[in-house]
Amino acid sequence: MTKTEIKNDVVILFAGDSGDGIQLTGTQFTNTAALYGNDISTFPNFPAEIRAPQGTLAGVSGFQLHFGSVEILTPGDASDVLVVMNAAGLKANLSQLKEGGIIVANSEGFDAKNLGLAKYPEGVNPLQNGSLDKYKVHSIDITKLTRSCLAGSGLSTKEMDRSRNMFVLGLVYWMYNRSMDSTIEYLKEQFKKRPELVEANVKAMKAGYHFGDTIEAPMTRYEVKAAVQERGSYRNIMGNQATAIGLVAAAKKMGLQLFYATYPITPASDILHELSKHKNFGVKTFQAEDEIAAITSAIGASFGGNLGVTASSGPGIALKGEAIGLALMLELPLVIINVQRGGPSTGLPTKTEQADLLQALYGRNGEAPVAVVAASTPSDCFHMVYEACRIAVEHMTPVFFLSDGYIANGAEPWKFPLAAELKDIHVNFAKNTLQPGEKYRPYKRDDKLVREWAIPGTKGLEHRVGGIEKENETGNISYEPENHELMVKLRQSKIDKIADYIPLQEIDSGPESGKLLVLGWGSTYGSIKTAAKEARLDGWDVAHAHLQYLNPFPKNLGAILLKYDRILIPEMNNGQLIKVIRDKYFIDAMGFNKIKGVPFTTAELKKKMTELSVKIRP
Amino acid sequence: MEATKLTPKDFVTDQDVRWCPGCGDYSILKQVQTVMPELGLERENIVFISGIGCSSRFPYYMDTYGMHSIHGRATAVASGLKATRPELSVWIVTGDGDSMSIGGNHLIHLLRRNFDVNILLFNNEIYGLTKGQYSPTSPVGKVAKSTPMGSIDYPFNPLALCLGASSTFLARTMDRDPVHLREILKRGNTHKGTSLLEIYQNCNVFNDGAFEVFTEKSTKKAEALFVQQDKPLIFGANGEKGIKLDGLKPVVVDLNADGVSPDELWIHDEKDKTKATILINFFDDPAKEGHFPRPFGVLYEEMRFCYEDALALQMAEAIALKGEGDLDKLLKGNNAWTIN
Repeated sequence: MTKTEIKNDVVILFAGDSGDGIQLTGTQFTNTAALYGNDISTFPNFPAEIRAPQGTLAGVSGFQLHFGSVEILTPGDASDVLVVMNAAGLKANLSQLKEGGIIVANSEGFDAKNLGLAKYPEGVNPLQNGSLDKYKVHSIDITKLTRSCLAGSGLSTKEMDRSRNMFVLGLVYWMYNRSMDSTIEYLKEQFKKRPELVEANVKAMKAGYHFGDTIEAPMTRYEVKAAVQERGSYRNIMGNQATAIGLVAAAKKMGLQLFYATYPITPASDILHELSKHKNFGVKTFQAEDEIAAITSAIGASFGGNLGVTASSGPGIALKGEAIGLALMLELPLVIINVQRGGPSTGLPTKTEQADLLQALYGRNGEAPVAVVAASTPSDCFHMVYEACRIAVEHMTPVFFLSDGYIANGAEPWKFPLAAELKDIHVNFAKNTLQPGEKYRPYKRDDKLVREWAIPGTKGLEHRVGGIEKENETGNISYEPENHELMVKLRQSKIDKIADYIPLQEIDSGPESGKLLVLGWGSTYGSIKTAAKEARLDGWDVAHAHLQYLNPFPKNLGAILLKYDRILIPEMNNGQLIKVIRDKYFIDAMGFNKIKGVPFTTAELKKKMTELSVKIRP
Repeated sequence: MEATKLTPKDFVTDQDVRWCPGCGDYSILKQVQTVMPELGLERENIVFISGIGCSSRFPYYMDTYGMHSIHGRATAVASGLKATRPELSVWIVTGDGDSMSIGGNHLIHLLRRNFDVNILLFNNEIYGLTKGQYSPTSPVGKVAKSTPMGSIDYPFNPLALCLGASSTFLARTMDRDPVHLREILKRGNTHKGTSLLEIYQNCNVFNDGAFEVFTEKSTKKAEALFVQQDKPLIFGANGEKGIKLDGLKPVVVDLNADGVSPDELWIHDEKDKTKATILINFFDDPAKEGHFPRPFGVLYEEMRFCYEDALALQMAEAIALKGEGDLDKLLKGNNAWTIN
């Protein structure tokens, strides 16, 4: 007899070969859980190679998803359920499974060949040697079951095996008592032109679902109720998708054409894929010949009065450095997206890191300040890239938008706004108001120190811009010593003044003043928030503030930092924000750094917060 | 509104021109300013974009919209501008180092995409602004600041490179023949697609006389072959020499001695890619015996779709298929749910 347990939250990790359709399985479960009303956070983890040698540890693709009836802010430190398609998937992920957790294993993936590829000693099969006794193991020959349910479908064995992930998905749907409807809809859409594949996949999924009812060693079913969420309309969204939609929204709101120029690079390419579908919004995407052409063509588009945007990851941003300097000399709007990954050099292309902050702030020749903002969560990518566009256009400057591999590929439910609710963005193209005989001065500034955007086609405002130092106001070439110093300071002051046009920093959670403030930025938001909450539940005095604006900082940041005895700055790098905070505010902040290509766990952050709290207790 | 009648003076800026006295750039600037009023363009719709180098100061002296960008990237900047503002007349000014060394990649990709822009490639076979290093078009053996024992870099033949990159318009002209230069500038402007104009330009400081066999009266007629559509290839001090095709092999003939009539000569056809390939490879060292004259004029032209037009078509097609983008629909996505 199957019993049903009620749980507040569950972490499932799907793992298998990168060709096993693991990401699809995970995404489908995510969407279904989101539609059901669970709060969710997901984290896909895939190898750098598209099809690494089958069955090897290097080829393991994972998708972790955390859903619950309570607030979920991270994909979870450890999993409750591990679904593995082969031996390598088990070996690579077993350490992340909670004690007593459930393993669903495709036994066919544990034959001698797969065990060898996963580097188990000869004759050792973890499914049979008792080494997994502390877990609940369900060893199922998913390959055989899938093939037998598809017998007579006319599909080749290879094609049938491609539906194994749907069998697994069906079984997991059964475990959590979920409807298969949204996946069936998805399959119909996806294989519109191959009805036989729709049928096979649906059949395999249903077979997996019904297998749950008939399984000999009974499995427990779980009930995870819908979360109590704020009233409103929600959708599930991934970071890169949110970034793309944010750009479209900003351009539409400004009434400008979006020109998105980029060169393919992990993990930023999905933004290009998404944007290329939205030509009916006036979005022009341009796959340039290299990173430099990507940014310089975006500068050309901005010069022409469009919203020029370029995107890359660290290595590509390094190549764009000179052109960013050009854009700031030209004082044209430009949004530069960096979906950060592990560095330096090629580094860890598919892993996450936030080690390009100093590159964004300082990585150019000369005195070259630009605005920098960063997203905290997948859905925050929408808001912060929108802000990047606003600042770029309203302040005539390049703006960096920092995301990273973790939130770019991670997903969460998003209470999406209506178009009408989005902040207005003011675009003022220069008009010819010159008196007869008066010459146009392209570098004349307003009280924000911002110059006009005078675009080709505007009669009478013909002018030249360039990367050579220019005379104040006229924009003519000038090598005068006094003028250069003045221009360097003006460009700096222009960026500093942006602080008057961004929101003040808020304390995300915890007391407004006290013992310990944890100051974060970027994708560490969810784990810091969860850890701080847990630390407070233990009685510690811990507050959390999260920076979205990194240059300039919100005006009140210095004052906030003085309200706490200690400041802890956790970062997925070797200490970057902390350098800037120490430099700017002369505060002896403490760093907590993780440089492993994976996000902080809640547990390690909580431990650090607790240790520090013990030390600063009077 | 009636088009304003412009004069060359309207294209002169108030900036002092800072090229070395005697530089070939002066002549090119003058001819461009002379031709501009004849092109039927409004000044505000013209944009000059350059990279870095002596030639790249050009935009500062043209009273149009302009950008002096960074080394090698003018072609890429222009691509973004043209993709988004196809109605503008975009002119790229670049040199041999700017376009074929640091900017080589952008040049070839611009050519294959065939944006409707004009490239004025000032070739002086030397790096001038950095004070005299050899360039990607300097001949082997060139003694320059960085090659005291002579260059061992085999040079590019710019037009052959560009033809290889699927260029749709290739022409060669020179700073010291203003009439020819103006004619080629107008042809370049008329061509729909990327027009690549290689302009031989004398750097009198670091590479004086690099092209003098083509530009000086005493040798010009014998060394420079001015091609014209549907006309036989004839050159020589007194027009006594011609070129005929023996199969695919060009042969120089003496019209007086060899008894060849002009009808038997190679008739120039700008649309013939095979002939253009042969013509463009008349690039041997003029000092050698049995060499060919260097061709000037429009060597090749083909009609091919422009990137910006294809992009505009796709945009229109997307709207026809899906309707104008509805932001609220996009924000909502396909799987939204509501909590009441």
